[in-house]
Amino acid sequence: MTVLAAQAVVLPFLGAVFGLLLGPWLTRILVAGGVRTAEDTPPAPPTEARGVEEHVEAVPGVPGEPVPQEGRAAPAGLPGGGSRGALGPVLFAVLPTALTTVLTLVIALAVWRNPGTRTATLAEVRTGGPSILVGLSVDGLAALLAVLVGVVALAVQVYSVAYMRDEPRYSSYAAFVSLFTSAMLLVVFARDLMVLYVGWEIMGICSYFLVGHHWEDKANSRAAVKAFLVTRVGDAGLLLGVIVLGLGAGSFDIATVLDEVGGMPHTTVVVAALLLLCGVAGKSAQFPLHTWLPDAMAGPTPISALIHAATMVAAGVYLVARLYGVFLTAPVALAVLGVVAAVSMVGAALAALAQRDLKRVLAYSTISQLAIMAAGLAVGSEPAAMFHLVTHGAFKALLFLSAGCVIHAVGSNLLADMGGLRKAMPVTFVCMTIGYAALAGLPPVAGFFSKDAVIEHAQNVAFNDGALGVLPGGGTSIPAWTAWTVYLSLLLTTALTAAYALRAWLMTFFGPERAAHEAPAAMRWPIIVLAGASAVIGFFGLAAEELRPHFGAAAMALLFTAAGAGAMLLAWRDAPASDPADRLKKVRPLLENAFYMDGLYDRVIVRPVKWTGRMVRGADTRVVDGAVEATVPAARGLGALARLPQTGNPQTYLTGLLAGAVFLVLAVVALT
Amino acid sequence: MSVAYPVVFSALLFSVGVYGVLARRNAILVLMSVELMLNAVNLNLVAFDVWLRDALHGGQVLTLFTIVVAAAEVGLGLAIVLLLYRNRSNIDVDRQDTLREPEQEAR
Repeated sequence: MTVLAAQAVVLPFLGAVFGLLLGPWLTRILVAGGVRTAEDTPPAPPTEARGVEEHVEAVPGVPGEPVPQEGRAAPAGLPGGGSRGALGPVLFAVLPTALTTVLTLVIALAVWRNPGTRTATLAEVRTGGPSILVGLSVDGLAALLAVLVGVVALAVQVYSVAYMRDEPRYSSYAAFVSLFTSAMLLVVFARDLMVLYVGWEIMGICSYFLVGHHWEDKANSRAAVKAFLVTRVGDAGLLLGVIVLGLGAGSFDIATVLDEVGGMPHTTVVVAALLLLCGVAGKSAQFPLHTWLPDAMAGPTPISALIHAATMVAAGVYLVARLYGVFLTAPVALAVLGVVAAVSMVGAALAALAQRDLKRVLAYSTISQLAIMAAGLAVGSEPAAMFHLVTHGAFKALLFLSAGCVIHAVGSNLLADMGGLRKAMPVTFVCMTIGYAALAGLPPVAGFFSKDAVIEHAQNVAFNDGALGVLPGGGTSIPAWTAWTVYLSLLLTTALTAAYALRAWLMTFFGPERAAHEAPAAMRWPIIVLAGASAVIGFFGLAAEELRPHFGAAAMALLFTAAGAGAMLLAWRDAPASDPADRLKKVRPLLENAFYMDGLYDRVIVRPVKWTGRMVRGADTRVVDGAVEATVPAARGLGALARLPQTGNPQTYLTGLLAGAVFLVLAVVALT
Repeated sequence: MSVAYPVVFSALLFSVGVYGVLARRNAILVLMSVELMLNAVNLNLVAFDVWLRDALHGGQVLTLFTIVVAAAEVGLGLAIVLLLYRNRSNIDVDRQDTLREPEQEAR
């Protein structure tokens, strides 16, 4: 089992390495072998079609039921005449990812039939302190996440083939996507906290490179640097937290840490949990480290779908779930997580309401949805949070990829440039409708079940004055006011989510019609498959008692959803061509700029740091360099003195010589 | 005759030579002053040779030797002076200061 997991981790990595090294070579070989670009590459798509089909399992009635066709559809989308040069990299990108997806599905199937945790260690790295176990561990949670990562990564790779068709740097792009997939799977399967941290950092650097893929534009590379630096702030905390935990438990092994955490001093656990929360807030873009995510939308849209919606940002939440025992031992950290989540979800949802850029709407929505997962964890419902993570991964990847289709067709990110695409892009319209429905939490699509599970748990905990009684051994409790804050924020967010989802939907597909073309097949099929997944994976939640929706909480959530959607519909109905957010009048700039958090950080952090930098540079030039340079005139003065006797007249020299000799003689005479 | 007379005389002669070498500006006169110093040495050598009654007359032999060397030296020196004059149109020792430290430009 762990061997399969190891293969799943290593395959995309090899794909990345060989794609970069051998991609062009393979292209030449294939072209020389007379392979025509349109019909070649049969090996890749069938594998991937199988993978996707298995994922969609038990979903006969999905809009995209001819799933096997994807096998045929994908090659059509492979670079045709335009980018023949990228054929090799395409193979190296899609094939390993497809194999990985199959492997993750096999692992998931095996874990499902025979639950339990399987661990294996490749090597033990001895350090001064606790040794590092380079190894993997597979359990239900990891297997579930791995399937999500594999499927979304495969969808994105296939989608990118068409989306990045005219991209000259496609091979490096695909290689980084593969490397990212590998790193994410490493995080998911990691047995040891240090191994997890390695994967975590590789994800960060891939995110940096991919956000800055179009670095020719200064704004993009700035966004990449911002994403890197802000997450780095959190990662510093994470590393310290990992070290505190590892030293406290005497091992970096996750299972050992969770066993030992009960015996550790309470302060240590609290400190470690709070430090871990820094990393979580940074990676999962939670308040106050959320500002990088909207800017990271500067990257190509498939990247936003893979990294900044479905997988990497979810890694923070996954980390909390992985180390949930630590957080349960330190309820203070859970309370902090709850407050952070409440602030993030309401603030981001409000910001999403007023954005003009479709991708930024989705980015703020991602922050808000991640906060819902964090809230689920804060109220002690790990299964609900993980359930929402998976459904969100599916429907947010779907939304981003569909948004990519729309952007591809319209040629602009701005909502104002869209509208009336319902007739022109029927497939995208249907898929995106499913995605928005899932986002807003309408039954029966996925988002309803998962969000409802979180809300219901929050409600129970709030009614129980913060006691996390639903848990086994649940003596743990968070402050009642935190529980209530989380619960009310969740309801408010539900209404806001419905409003901004409806706004984006209306502004993209309704209003005055305009002409556009449907996306190419390689872009269409991944979103159809993801739409199918988003539509049905909610029903898997019915299998578990704690995830099953109950009438009270569900009705409450739906009431709020209806309120938000109704308000937005009223605002839109009068003037279908205009932006409903304009009704916000003076509040709009505040929301559009996300409460001026960027400006605040600019004032409080960026400018003082820059000012300090200028001061240090000034001190360097004026004080340090000044001191060195001040010695120059002194040396010159001394030199001028020493130069005086050199007149070029030998008679003067001789006179000096004689005077010296006479002096010496007299001295000798006088002294003896 | 006391040896003091020739010794004092040669000391005076040598001093005149030293003065000439250090103070004269004309290169030929400097050469002549060098000759004066050599001759002062010669006088010393002869005087002490006589006073010490050296059987081998080393002093006088050395004197002859010095005279030969001095003649060669004057030949060489005058040749240098001649070339100096041809190149620079003067033989003023004070003005042959090519090797001096150049004037320092203001920084």
